[in-house]
Amino acid sequence: MIKPLTRHSSRRDFLTGVGALAGVSLLPLAGCAKSDKVRVGFMLPYTGTYAQLGIAIENGFRLALAGQGGKLGGREVEYFKVDDESNPAKATDNANKIITRDKVDVVVGTVHSGVAMGLIKVARETGSLVLIPNAGANAATGELCSPNVFRTSFSNWQPTHPLGKVMVGNGHKKAVFITWKYAAGEEALASFAEGYRAAGGSIVKELFVPFPNVEFQALLTEIAALQPDAVACFFAGGGAVKFVKDYAAAGLKQKIPLYGSGFLTEGVLDAQGEAAEGVMTTLHYADSLDNARNAAFRSAYRDAYGTDADVYAVQGYDTGLLLIQALEKTGGDITDREAVIAAMEGAVIDSPRGQWTMSKAHNPVQDFYLRRVENGDNKVIGVAWSALEDPARGCSM
Amino acid sequence: MDPTIFLIQLLNGVQYGLLLFLVASGLTLIFGIMGVINLAHGSFYMVGAYLAWSLTQALGSFWLALAAGIVLSVVLGMLLEWLFIRHLYRRDHLQQVLLTYGLILVFSELRSILWGDDVHGVAVPAMLSGSIALTETLAYPVYRFWLSAICVLLAGLMYYLIQHTRLGMMIRAGATNREMTQSLGIDIGLLYRFVFAFGVALAAFAGMIAAPVSSVFPGMGNQVLILCFVVVVIGGLGSVKGALAAALLIGLIDTFGKVVEFELAGFQVLPELAGMSVFVMMAIVLLWRPEGLFSRRLR
Repeated sequence: MIKPLTRHSSRRDFLTGVGALAGVSLLPLAGCAKSDKVRVGFMLPYTGTYAQLGIAIENGFRLALAGQGGKLGGREVEYFKVDDESNPAKATDNANKIITRDKVDVVVGTVHSGVAMGLIKVARETGSLVLIPNAGANAATGELCSPNVFRTSFSNWQPTHPLGKVMVGNGHKKAVFITWKYAAGEEALASFAEGYRAAGGSIVKELFVPFPNVEFQALLTEIAALQPDAVACFFAGGGAVKFVKDYAAAGLKQKIPLYGSGFLTEGVLDAQGEAAEGVMTTLHYADSLDNARNAAFRSAYRDAYGTDADVYAVQGYDTGLLLIQALEKTGGDITDREAVIAAMEGAVIDSPRGQWTMSKAHNPVQDFYLRRVENGDNKVIGVAWSALEDPARGCSM
Repeated sequence: MDPTIFLIQLLNGVQYGLLLFLVASGLTLIFGIMGVINLAHGSFYMVGAYLAWSLTQALGSFWLALAAGIVLSVVLGMLLEWLFIRHLYRRDHLQQVLLTYGLILVFSELRSILWGDDVHGVAVPAMLSGSIALTETLAYPVYRFWLSAICVLLAGLMYYLIQHTRLGMMIRAGATNREMTQSLGIDIGLLYRFVFAFGVALAAFAGMIAAPVSSVFPGMGNQVLILCFVVVVIGGLGSVKGALAAALLIGLIDTFGKVVEFELAGFQVLPELAGMSVFVMMAIVLLWRPEGLFSRRLR
């Protein structure tokens, strides 16, 4: 009586055993799919003029994840890299490489606006998740805005917009604007003009230098002849160094105050030296920003990489923070695209630059600081515009 | 335009033109005498600027850096001629273009490795760091006057060297007929090496003295190279005199093109188009005198 029972039970045992075995063998499989590594792709410039920016962004991103033991939503991360060389002609190819070949879950890219446009084009076709850590082209979160594309830096509209209010506040109601004749310069001018006119200022003249020409002498003479209350400008890199030095050498700095988008004095203060003293700029960050978050970030960055963090490192860092928040909400699941996007849209980023949120068009709603160069440092004077949101013209999201 | 401002703009134009001449003269010299199209000329300008920056830091004086930089660039020129350029004299222009384009890439990579990709500034030497007030609001940096004086001096020196010295005679002879000059017992190989090194040194020197006013950055060489070719094409390939005239012309056109609005055949020509004015000028000159303003040989 017992025997058959045992046999019976043994048969049942066997079945449960098989079931359990199947369950056991399935479990790790299911676990595998879930705890398999998150594939993060960096499409950044690692060579060329913008190489430093690409490296700073990657460093910042990795530092953010280091705070989580290098994990995203509890899952290990695997990195893939493509050097986009800041070459717009290769943008589509490079974007395809990292999205189709490496099959990354999310792309972090890039610095150059032209390259970002190529990347967005591919992302709109494939629906891949893209986080832009620098490129400022308005269109990225304007007419080309897309549910799967987010920006963690700024739009070109933002940095020059608060300048007008500041300048009129200082009694400078007639200004000359000078920039390079290229897309970013024109976007900067348009947003400056909008803000300046709204504040009650008028632009006496718009001066353009062919990009990337750096011979300013003729235009400085023109400025001296026009005698405006102030000059506002948009330049970056080598052009910013030369413009600020020439402006001072022409004796204009003492008589006509110089204002600019923050990139005028970002990463180039050593080269500008004495000539930059007193120049006022607006940007979403300053190295000397006085908050505990920034102090902690800067010392951690210095310990990790041996160099000082800059605005690009902060943007990379915030890109990491955004992804961390999103994957925490979804429990590490990045395949549930809608949940990830919803989490990012609702994210509140506690950044070294101050707290910021995502606009409807996926661009940061953030404070812009007024900075003045003092003793070779961008000293924060105050908030020029709090929670500035890009108008996202042409975006129907 | 106010007459004072007009005069200052004239000064700006001449000053810019003289600096362009200094860079372009090396290019036209190397082509005129050796028949070599040297695309890497802009790279030598960039190397000069980076040398000025790094040597000023190492030696603590801009003047010492200038002296050391000239020696280094002459050595670099001789080395390059010996390694690469001397194999190209009898070759096609296309091969010269390929090799010298390769040199651009090599120099830009070497720069990235040696000096990095950052933007740097070179301080104007103390004795020239003042400004002279021209109007109530505008001052003119003394350094820019000095720059112009040096350019004029060098132009005179080059004229004297080529026209009135024995060395210049040999160079001119070599440019006219290589074989005949050689058979007269002149070491043409050494002569060419000297000319090439001189051309390289001219470009590097221009980069060095331009560094305090133009700052030092990775893409600076290519920017200058394009303008140099415009100058050389307008002036007439190989003509130093032509290069001087063309450089001044370009300097003035660029300066006034940026600030003057005028009407041409009913169209409003705006300063925004200044970037094009230089190339429009080149097109006009090429249609009118395809060989350039001045003829080819060094006369």
